[in-house]
Amino acid sequence: MKARAFDYVRPHSVEEALQAFANADGDAAYIAGGQSLVPALALRLQAPALLIDIARLEELHGLSVIGDHLRIGAATRHFEILNSGLVRTHAPLLSKAASFVAHPAIRNRGTFGGSLALADPASEFPAMSLALGAEIEIASLAGNRSVAAADFFLGLYETALQPGEMIRAVHVPAATARTYCAFDELARRRGDYALVGSGINAEIDNGRIERIRIVFLAVGSTPVQAKNVENLLIGNCLTPELIRKAQETLEADLDPPGDEQTPAEMRMHLARVLLGRLLGRLEATP
Amino acid sequence: MNVFAGSLDRPNSYIGRSVTRPNAKRLLEGKGRYVTDLILPRMLHAAFVRSPYAHGKIVAVNTEEARALSGVRAVFSGEDLSAICTPWIGTLDHFRNMKSPPQVPLALGKVTWSGQPVVLVVAESRAIAEDAAELVELEIEELPALADPVEAMSAEAISQGLDSNICFATKLDSGGVDEAFEAADLTVEQNFIFGRHTAVTLEPRAIVADYDPSENRLTAHHATQTPYQFQDVYSRHFGIPEANVRVVAPDVGGSFGMKLHVYHEEMAVVGASILLGRPVKYLADRMESFVSDIHARDHRVTARLAVGKDGRISGMDVDDITAIGPFSSYPRTSAVEGNQVVRLMGAPYDFSSYRANLSVVFQNKVQTSQYRAVGHPIACAVTECLVDAAARELSLDPFEMRARNLIPDNSYPRKSPTGYQFEKLSHEVCLARLRAIMNYDDLRREQAELRGKGILRGVGIALFVEITNPSPAFYGVGGARISAQDGAIVKLTPSGEVHCSISVTEQGQGTETIIGQIVADQLGVDRAKVRVMTGDTDTTPHGGATWACRGAGIGGETALQAARKLRNNLLFIAGLILQAKPGELDIREDWIVEAATGQQRISLPEVARIAFFRSDTLPPGTQAQLSVVHHYAPQGYPFAFTNGAQGCLVEVDAETGFVKILKHWVVEDCGRIINPLLVDEQIRGGVVQGLGAAFFEECLYNPEGQLTNGSLADYLVPMACEMPDIEIAHVETPTQDTELGAKGVGEAGTAAASAAAMNAVNDALAGQGAVLTQIPMTPTRILRALGSI
Ligand SMILES: Cc1cc2nc3c(=O)[nH]c(=O)nc-3n(C[C@H](O)[C@H](O)[C@H](O)COP(=O)(O)OP(=O)(O)OC[C@H]3O[C@@H](n4cnc5c(N)ncnc54)[C@H](O)[C@@H]3O)c2cc1C
Repeated sequence: MKARAFDYVRPHSVEEALQAFANADGDAAYIAGGQSLVPALALRLQAPALLIDIARLEELHGLSVIGDHLRIGAATRHFEILNSGLVRTHAPLLSKAASFVAHPAIRNRGTFGGSLALADPASEFPAMSLALGAEIEIASLAGNRSVAAADFFLGLYETALQPGEMIRAVHVPAATARTYCAFDELARRRGDYALVGSGINAEIDNGRIERIRIVFLAVGSTPVQAKNVENLLIGNCLTPELIRKAQETLEADLDPPGDEQTPAEMRMHLARVLLGRLLGRLEATP
Repeated sequence: MNVFAGSLDRPNSYIGRSVTRPNAKRLLEGKGRYVTDLILPRMLHAAFVRSPYAHGKIVAVNTEEARALSGVRAVFSGEDLSAICTPWIGTLDHFRNMKSPPQVPLALGKVTWSGQPVVLVVAESRAIAEDAAELVELEIEELPALADPVEAMSAEAISQGLDSNICFATKLDSGGVDEAFEAADLTVEQNFIFGRHTAVTLEPRAIVADYDPSENRLTAHHATQTPYQFQDVYSRHFGIPEANVRVVAPDVGGSFGMKLHVYHEEMAVVGASILLGRPVKYLADRMESFVSDIHARDHRVTARLAVGKDGRISGMDVDDITAIGPFSSYPRTSAVEGNQVVRLMGAPYDFSSYRANLSVVFQNKVQTSQYRAVGHPIACAVTECLVDAAARELSLDPFEMRARNLIPDNSYPRKSPTGYQFEKLSHEVCLARLRAIMNYDDLRREQAELRGKGILRGVGIALFVEITNPSPAFYGVGGARISAQDGAIVKLTPSGEVHCSISVTEQGQGTETIIGQIVADQLGVDRAKVRVMTGDTDTTPHGGATWACRGAGIGGETALQAARKLRNNLLFIAGLILQAKPGELDIREDWIVEAATGQQRISLPEVARIAFFRSDTLPPGTQAQLSVVHHYAPQGYPFAFTNGAQGCLVEVDAETGFVKILKHWVVEDCGRIINPLLVDEQIRGGVVQGLGAAFFEECLYNPEGQLTNGSLADYLVPMACEMPDIEIAHVETPTQDTELGAKGVGEAGTAAASAAAMNAVNDALAGQGAVLTQIPMTPTRILRALGSI
């Protein structure tokens, strides 16, 4: 299994990288952690003439709190998300989700921006970006723009990124004392892509749900937000009865795909079980 | 007769000791030399164009563009290679009326499975070969694929010249079966499905074929278990004298039976090297492995057990339909697994009325053949699940049910219900040990407590019998040129060290380690002074090599007898030098000593020096024989049998269908244990493969005969996180057929792990109205059985 021949450059700035892409007549790809791109090259599912390596660009690195946002540089590696104290305090949902992303060897290289750009519907970070209401900062030769996660994931491996555009950073609203969250997924083996996963981020005041986002992964062509369930819950306190109702309502939000191994009905069933379990164990921000 | 003392308090008593592997450090340091590490001058690289369809007619093959690509040296299709390679047919004479279509390296006229190689591209690099392969245009008219074995049984034959898709069918009938079922108080019957899985070796299949026209000599560096078998195959099918064919198996990264078989790609690459007169390398990539390595299992079994009120089994009736590929594999066939399934049923139990029907059916999927524990997991799971089902009906504890039926330890030798001859097994001892190491009563107490809290734990056990150390009754009598004997050369070096080259081979299981232990033990030298070499047909004697757990039992005995022969020679020379009687001397810790007192007389290096360099000082007429060649073929029983018992503890999440495997236990009787550490490794690895089959591994096909999960992202191999602790205990009942007494252990873990796991899951689900009789037991299947989806 050998990739087709390609050229490789490692530019010194985002600007240079964008330029390199522009010069390649569209036959190029950014490579960050390479954990998804390299297998695709080896399988000849993708064969760009030029790889532009952005993994080491200073501008794409770093985690910082700016105002009420946590800024995550696009080239931040999965293991940094997993181990970061900043992430734990300001985006605990990401911390929880990170331990489910692949295995240590892959987390050492895979990047947050790469995960979002790839937009695999079974991936944890795209789904959790949606659950957190993240804003995606995009660089291009035409200038910077920002897209809400809700408008970013358009389809299977399809995003709002135009050819040549690059994710520079992701901004996540920081958690407050009233933020509660939970994440879990059902995977056949530790580190595998899940059959179903879900993360919940909520603002709860005195037991009353003020705001809540519930996002599922691996149940459609994009991360899927369970809006009917959210509407049911907002303004209420969680009770076993309400959780049961939420599970019943979920059917209205999800229309999961099925295959021989995991039929749609199975995914739906697991999503309901997962929703019940997660609502039962929302945790406050540490 | 087994006269081997085996005590561990002698010097150099390595047999029975947990010593580490001499090659472990080298492999750990990344210094392993696998076939793909080999780079030869003028070497070319192969890539294959494969059929995208499971069944089809080849209309046209256009290779023009591929040929024109820079760096491409040749493009071969079916006709090119058939011209220099005679077809092979995977049948054995003792499987009566067995049939299989002739095979050639690249498809001719028709394709019969998705992934079948059609065109071979040879280029300066693998990348260029793959570039060129993309340029080959295949025009194939798709034909309806047979992907369902039951349908295939009555469908039109896939292969021209055959009248049906039945490859082989056989019946066993001891008589009295109908009567047993009529008289039975209870009949339990179940339908089982055993999915296909595959070996997934760390190192994929690999070959460098190097044909030198100037000498009409072929050297194949080949990742295989059986270099001698391939020497014979290449010689006969390519018409090269056997002495001119050398097969070298360097470090091999796992095989599990998978690398025993003849594959179209390897034959094509040998052919390409002959046609080009240059070395050609081929390494299967993982995607290719999934569609071209043998698969295993794929059985649908209906079986019933006749049982009395007292729990006594009186009869068993079995029907097994096993689906193979579009042809039977060569030279070991695809019928051995089914044959072993129907012959190992009920093996641990004391009853005599047995009947079985076996149908081995062609279909449009990749070939199946022998893979670790051939047939055993099927026979064991069917038997043990039925035994548990009967126990449940009769409200008998699974241990008690087995205790009432197993063949008593004091009743050997005797025959199994299916006619196998058992020398001596130890079911009673093993079952008692299993109960003890499991703390069975505590487990049951805990299970009941947790059930009160809604937690579903399950405990399952399984007894097994494993067939090992085959005589020529296995293949030889069927006309296959597969040896049941092994050979060794043991020689003294001029420095007084020892070199042993032997025909059993190493794929990571530690063959070389145990051979070194046996030689050192028998010669009385330090283990570090024995060098063992395997895997080269030019430098080792011809032998059966490693399969069917024969490495320790047959290879080990060969080494033992060879070492004793050399020892006698050395004592003879020492006797001449010392003017002592050889019978009064011994070798201990590299010294010739007085046997009675242990007093050191002369060192081995000194004996070697005199014999090699000062033969003038030996008495006239003395010719020191410092190298011995020795062959050993098993005699006595046609097979050895090992036995044991396994236990499994699981927790089932009834909401999700997910199963946590909490613990697994094995009590195993492999006869003489040469190296407990390696035996435990074999058992653990085997159990993991069995649990993989039970919960994870399955080659899934769609109705068009396409493998839908042919990558490591989708095909789930068991990983460490999901595997439980595996506790092992041993019982030793050496075979009396050999001095060494070893029976083999490589397949024992796999034989019963899935059976114990199935029983554990069904125990957890007892009372929930769900019974699982299909593996792998996936969450979807468990939830379906529970009626949740
Ligand atoms: C065995 C295995 C298991 C895995 N399991 C999981 C899992 O459980 N969950 C999970 O979420 N992921 C999993 N992954 C995927 C892994 O997390 C990927 O690394 C990640 O999704 C992509 O990040 P990357 O940095 O490696 O991107 P790359 O592979 O470098 O790139 C992926 C794509 O994104 C584009 N890209 C990268 N960075 C940018 C950017 N800044 N701007 C615009 N485009 C960009 C590339 O051009 C390419 O198209 C697994 C991978 C492997 C190999």
